[in-house]
Amino acid sequence: MFDNLLSLVTFLPAVAALFMAVLGNDPASQRNAKWLALAATTATFLVSIAILVQFDPSNPGFQLVEDSEWMFGLHYKLGVDGISVLFVMLTTFLMPIVILSCWEVTHRVKEYMMAFLLLETLMIGVFVALDLVLFYLFFEGGLIPMFLIIGIWGGKDRIYASFKFFLYTFLGSVLMLVAMVTMYVDAGTTDIEQLLTHSFSAGTMEIMGFQVVGGLQVLLWLAFFASFAVKMPMWPVHTWLPDAHVQAPTAGSVVLAAILLKMGGYGFLRFSLPMFPVGSEILGPLVLWMSVIAIIYTSLVAMMQEDMKKLIAYSSVAHMGYVTMGIFAANQQGIDGAIFQMLSHGFVSGALFLCVGVIYDRMHTRDIDAYGGLVVRMPAYALVFMLFTMANVGLPGTSGFVGEFLTLIGVFRENTWVGVLAATGVILSAGYALWLYRRVVFGDLIKESLKTISDMTARERLIFAPLIVMTLLLGVYPSLVTDAIGPSVEALISHYDVAVADFMPGTDVAESH
Amino acid sequence: METILLFAPLVGAVICGFTWRLIGQTAAQVTATALLFLSCLLSWIVFLSFDGQTYTRDLFTWISSGTLDTSWGLRIDRLTAIMLIVITTVSALVHLYSFGYMAHDDNFKEGESYRPRFFAYLSFFTFAMLALVTADNLLQLFFGWEGVGVASYLLIGFYYRKPSAGAAAMKAFIVNRVGDFGFLLGIFSIFWMVDSIDFDVILASGPDLAAMTFPFLGWEVNAANAIGVMLFIGAMGKSAQLFLHTWLPDAMEGPTPVSALIHAATMVTAGVFLVCRMSPILEYAPFAGNMVIFIGAATAFFAATVGLVQNDIKRVIAYSTCSQLGYMFVAAGVGVYSVAMFHLFTHAFFKAMLFLGAGSVIHAMHHEQDMRNYGGLRKKIPLTFWAMMIGTLAITGVGIPLTHIGFAGFLSKDAVIESAWAFGPGLGSFAFWMLVIAACFTSFYSWRLIFMTFFGTPRGDKHAHDHAHESPMSMLIPLGVLALGAVFAGMLWYNSFFGHTDRVGQFFGVPYAEAGAHAEGEGAHHGEEAAAADDHAEAAPADDHGTAMAEGEAAAEDHGTAMAEGETAAEDHGTAMAEDHGAAADGGHGAAHYVLAGAPGEGAIHAAPDNDVLGHAHEAPAWVKVAPFVAMVIGLVVAYMFYIVNPALPRAWAQQFPVGYRFILNKWYFDEVYDYAFVRSARGLGRFLWKKGDGAVIDGGINGLAMGIVPFFTRTLNRLQTGYIFTYAFAMVIGIVVLVTWFVIGGGAD
Repeated sequence: MFDNLLSLVTFLPAVAALFMAVLGNDPASQRNAKWLALAATTATFLVSIAILVQFDPSNPGFQLVEDSEWMFGLHYKLGVDGISVLFVMLTTFLMPIVILSCWEVTHRVKEYMMAFLLLETLMIGVFVALDLVLFYLFFEGGLIPMFLIIGIWGGKDRIYASFKFFLYTFLGSVLMLVAMVTMYVDAGTTDIEQLLTHSFSAGTMEIMGFQVVGGLQVLLWLAFFASFAVKMPMWPVHTWLPDAHVQAPTAGSVVLAAILLKMGGYGFLRFSLPMFPVGSEILGPLVLWMSVIAIIYTSLVAMMQEDMKKLIAYSSVAHMGYVTMGIFAANQQGIDGAIFQMLSHGFVSGALFLCVGVIYDRMHTRDIDAYGGLVVRMPAYALVFMLFTMANVGLPGTSGFVGEFLTLIGVFRENTWVGVLAATGVILSAGYALWLYRRVVFGDLIKESLKTISDMTARERLIFAPLIVMTLLLGVYPSLVTDAIGPSVEALISHYDVAVADFMPGTDVAESH
Repeated sequence: METILLFAPLVGAVICGFTWRLIGQTAAQVTATALLFLSCLLSWIVFLSFDGQTYTRDLFTWISSGTLDTSWGLRIDRLTAIMLIVITTVSALVHLYSFGYMAHDDNFKEGESYRPRFFAYLSFFTFAMLALVTADNLLQLFFGWEGVGVASYLLIGFYYRKPSAGAAAMKAFIVNRVGDFGFLLGIFSIFWMVDSIDFDVILASGPDLAAMTFPFLGWEVNAANAIGVMLFIGAMGKSAQLFLHTWLPDAMEGPTPVSALIHAATMVTAGVFLVCRMSPILEYAPFAGNMVIFIGAATAFFAATVGLVQNDIKRVIAYSTCSQLGYMFVAAGVGVYSVAMFHLFTHAFFKAMLFLGAGSVIHAMHHEQDMRNYGGLRKKIPLTFWAMMIGTLAITGVGIPLTHIGFAGFLSKDAVIESAWAFGPGLGSFAFWMLVIAACFTSFYSWRLIFMTFFGTPRGDKHAHDHAHESPMSMLIPLGVLALGAVFAGMLWYNSFFGHTDRVGQFFGVPYAEAGAHAEGEGAHHGEEAAAADDHAEAAPADDHGTAMAEGEAAAEDHGTAMAEGETAAEDHGTAMAEDHGAAADGGHGAAHYVLAGAPGEGAIHAAPDNDVLGHAHEAPAWVKVAPFVAMVIGLVVAYMFYIVNPALPRAWAQQFPVGYRFILNKWYFDEVYDYAFVRSARGLGRFLWKKGDGAVIDGGINGLAMGIVPFFTRTLNRLQTGYIFTYAFAMVIGIVVLVTWFVIGGGAD
C-alpha cells in the first residue's frame, strides 16, 4: 500500500465523500457527516505525514512517483518534489481545521461536507499530478466545489460572487488548455517530468505581421500566465477575490485564501519558470511591476474597506504580490521566499478569516463599524487576533516575516526600483492591519449589541491552536521549510539560468535585469 | 550565563502572562520581577568581568536560503555589555516601581485584572531589547528592533479604553515602520554587496564598501554611504529623530513606567546603538556621517524649542528625550562613538529617574498631568521633589567647570559638545552651537518643570492638592537607585568613555597605538597642516584603501612596533594624522598620545585611521568647555525670572510673540503637515483606487463584457437554488472521481 501513498492521500477524502453520498438525509446522518468528514480529513493528514517521512529533501527530483497507463492512452502519473510536497502538507494540515470551523453550520450539512472533501481531493491532486491532462482536470475540477460552496452556503450576493469567481478563473483556464494542446503537439508527451526537460522553441516568430521575440515560449508563457494570474490573483484581475471572500462562508474563505490561491503560484513554479525560461526572462519584468502595483494598490484599497473580510481579501492580494515578485526574481532567496510566503499566508490568512468567522457567528455582521472594544469581553480573542494581525504585518518571529523578507532581498538585487517600492508594503500593511485591529478590538465597549458577546469557546480555541503553533514555529525556525524546498529550488534555478544563458549568450543572467 | 540572561525575561513574560490565573496575580508579578532582577545581576557580572574581547555564541539557524545564512546567536562586546546593564537595571527598577504605580488604576473597572498583562508586556519588551543588543547579525537585530516596536505598541495602547491611546499606539508603530523601511533597504544592500549580514563579515568590510558602488534607483551610489544612510533612517524612526519624531510625544499615552523604560532609557536609544554598532561602516561613509550630525543637531535644537512651552509634564520630558537623543547622534556622527554611548548610559539613569519622578508626582496628584494644575508640591512630596531635583541637576549639566566633577549629565553632555567642536569648522561648528543653544533651552524647560510643579502656590483642583501624598516604598527605592546613577555614573566611568584614547581603547577592546612613539621613529616632526596635506596627497594615488587597512591591521596586532616600522606606515594617511596630533598632544597633556588603531570590526567600536576627533576634543579651549555651563546658567536664571520672580512674564511673552509661540506650542506643525501630506492623501488615493480603479474600470470593463451572459446565468441560478443544478454538478464531479479512483484501485498494480 505504500507504493500508492500519493494516490491514497489524494483520494481518501473523495472516498469518504462517496460514502457520505450513500447515507440518508435524516438528521442523524447529517450530524454524522461532520464526524465522518473530520475523521477523513484527519486520517488524510496522518497518512500525509508518511509522505513527509519518506520524502528525501536532499533529492531535487520527483519522489514517490506513481506511473501507469490510463484511459485513451493517457498516463496517470503522480509525484512530489521539494516544491510541491509542502503544499500537499499545507492542504492536509488545514482541512481538519476547516471542517472543525463549520461545526455550527445547519444548512445542508452533508452536502457541505462532501463539497469540502471533494475539494480536498482536487486540491491535493493539483499539487501531485505529473501529467498535463491530470493536472488540468484537478485544476479546473477544483472550481466546481468552490463555486458551489460560495453559491449555496454563501451570503446575500453569493450568486453574483460565485459567477464572477467562476467566469474569471474559467476564462483564464481556457487559454491554458489551448497551450497544453500546443505543448503536446510540440513535445509529443503530456508527461510533466519530460516536459520539464523539453526545450520549447524560443526563436522569433512572426504572427500577423508582428515579430514575437521568444516565439513559442512567449506565447505559451502568456497562455499559462492568463490562468495563473487570475488564480493568484494578480492585479488587475483580482477583483473577483474580494467579492468571493465576502460572500463565501467562513470555511470557504479559509480554503480559498489558504490553499486555492496557492495554485497560481505553484503553477508559475511548475510550468512557467522551468518550461518557458526564455518567456519568463522576457516577461519577468512585467510580472515584477504588476506585483509592485498589486502590493501598493491593494494595500491602499485595503485601508479604506469597511467590511472585515474585504479588507483581509485585499491584503491577501498584496501578499500574493510578494509571491509573484519572488518567483520572477528567479533567484534562490526570491523563490524560497515565494514558497515560504505562500505557506505562511496559508496559515495566517486562514487564521484571519477564522477570526472574522468567530465574531461573525456571534453578531452576523462583518461591518467594522459594528464592533469596537472587544478586548473588554474577549481577551483571548484579542490575543489571537493580535498575533495573526502581527503575522500579517510581517513581524519578525512570525512566519509572515520570513517570506516577505526573502522575496524582498531576492528582488532587490535584480531591480532596486521594484525592491524599494515593494518594501513600502511593510509600512502600508501596518496601516491597514492595525487600523482594522484598533477599530474592532481596541476602544471601550459601548455598543449595546456587544454587551453580551462571549469569548472564544473551547472548540474555537482548539481550531486556532495548531495555526498559532505553525505561525510561531516557522517564524523562529524557518529551516523546517527552507531545508525541504532548497535543493529543488536550486535545481530549478540552475536549469533556468542555463536555459536563459543559452538563449542570450554573453549575458550574465544574474545581472541581466 | 548570557543565554539565561537573555531568556529569563521571556520566561517571566510567559509565566506572568499565561499562568496568572493559576498562580495568582501577585505571584505572577513577583515571578516576572524576580527573573528580571536575576537578569540584571547576570548583566552586571558580564559587564564587570568583561575583558574587551568580543565573543559569540551560536544557538541555532534562523533564516537560511542560498548564500543567506543567519543564526540566532549572542554577541557580547563592550557595546552589548553597556546596553545590557542599562536595559536590565532600568527594567528591573521599573518592574519594582510598577508594583506601586499600577496598584490602582482608574482606567480599568473594578475586578478587571490588568497588572499581569502589564508585567508580561514589560518583561517581553525587555527580552526583545536584549535580543536586539545581543544580536550577532543584522537580521536578529531587526527581530529585536521590531519586537520592541510591538511591545511599545502594546504598552502605549495599554489603556485600551482611551481612543487617544489606540491612536498613539498605531501612530508609533507606523512611523517606526517608515524607519524600518530604510533599515530593511540597508540590510538588502549589505547582503547584495558582501553576501552576508553577519556582523563578523560586514563590520570588517567597511573600507571595501567605501570603494564599491551599486545601481540604486537609476543612480550609481557609493555602497558605504548608501548603506549608512539607509540604516540611519531606521535609527531615526526608532530614536525619534527629526521628521520621524512625531510618535514619541504621543507615546506618552502609555503608563508612566513604560515611558521611563521604553521611551527614555532603552528602546529609543536603540538607534544610537545601531549607529555605534555600525561604526566600521559609518567611518567610511562621510556623507552618511554628516547626515547623522546634521539630523542629530537639528533634532536636539528642535525638540528643545518645543519642550519650552509644553504644559503636560510627561510631554516636556518626552521632548527632552528627543533632544538628548539628538546629542547622542551628534557624538556618533562626528565619530566619537564612545561618547555617544557615554551620554546614552548616563541619560538612561537621569531620564528614567525624571520619568519615574514625574510618575510619582502624577500618582500623588491622582493622574493629573497638566503642570498648570500643580504648584507648591515641594512640601507634600519631599522625597519625590529631591529625586526630581537630582534628575534636573543631572540633565541640565551641573558640575564644576574645567574639572571632571559633576552630575552625570554634566560630564557626558559636555563630552558631546566638545566632540562636536573638535569635528572642525563647518558642520562641527553648526552642531556645536546648536547643542549649546539646546543646552540653554534644556536648562530652561527642566527648571520650568521644577518651578511649576514644586514651587509657587497650589493651582488647579484643591481636592487633589489636599490629598497629595508621598508614594510607597516600591516607587521610592527605584528613584533612590537611579539617583545614585544620576550623580555618580558620569564621574565613575568618565575615563572609560571619554578619557585618554588608550583608556577608551582598553574599555572598548579596541587596539590603540602610541602616536608619539611613531613620530619619534620617523625622526622628524612635520608641521601639523603640512604633514596632513602631504600625506593625503601622496597616499591617495599610491595606496588604495585596502592596503592602508592591511597596515592598520598590522598595527593593531602589534601596537607600537608595527607603527615604528616607518616607511610603509608613513604612507598610511591616517597615521600621518595621528602623528601630528601626537605632537600637539605632547604639548597639551605632557604624556604619550594614543590613537585607536583597530581593524574594522575589531573591538566594539571603530575609528578610521584619519579619525582623531576624540583626541582633538580633549584639546578644546577653555571657552568651549565652559560654554555649555554658561548656557545652563542662563537657562536657569531665565526660568527663575519667569516662574518664580514674576510668574506673569510667560503670559506676557506669549502675547508679545503670538506667531512664534503658537508655532512651537504646536510642535512646528509637523503633525498637521504629515496628516495632510500622507494620511489624507493615502486615504484619498485608496478610496479612488477602490471606487474608480477596481469598481469603475476593472469591474466595469468585465461586467460590460459579461452583460450578454449574465441574464442567461440569472435564469439558471433560480434552478440552482432548487438544488437541481447542484445535484447535477455533483454527479459530474463524482463521476470523474469514480473514474479515476476505479482506475487507481484497478490499475495501480502495474
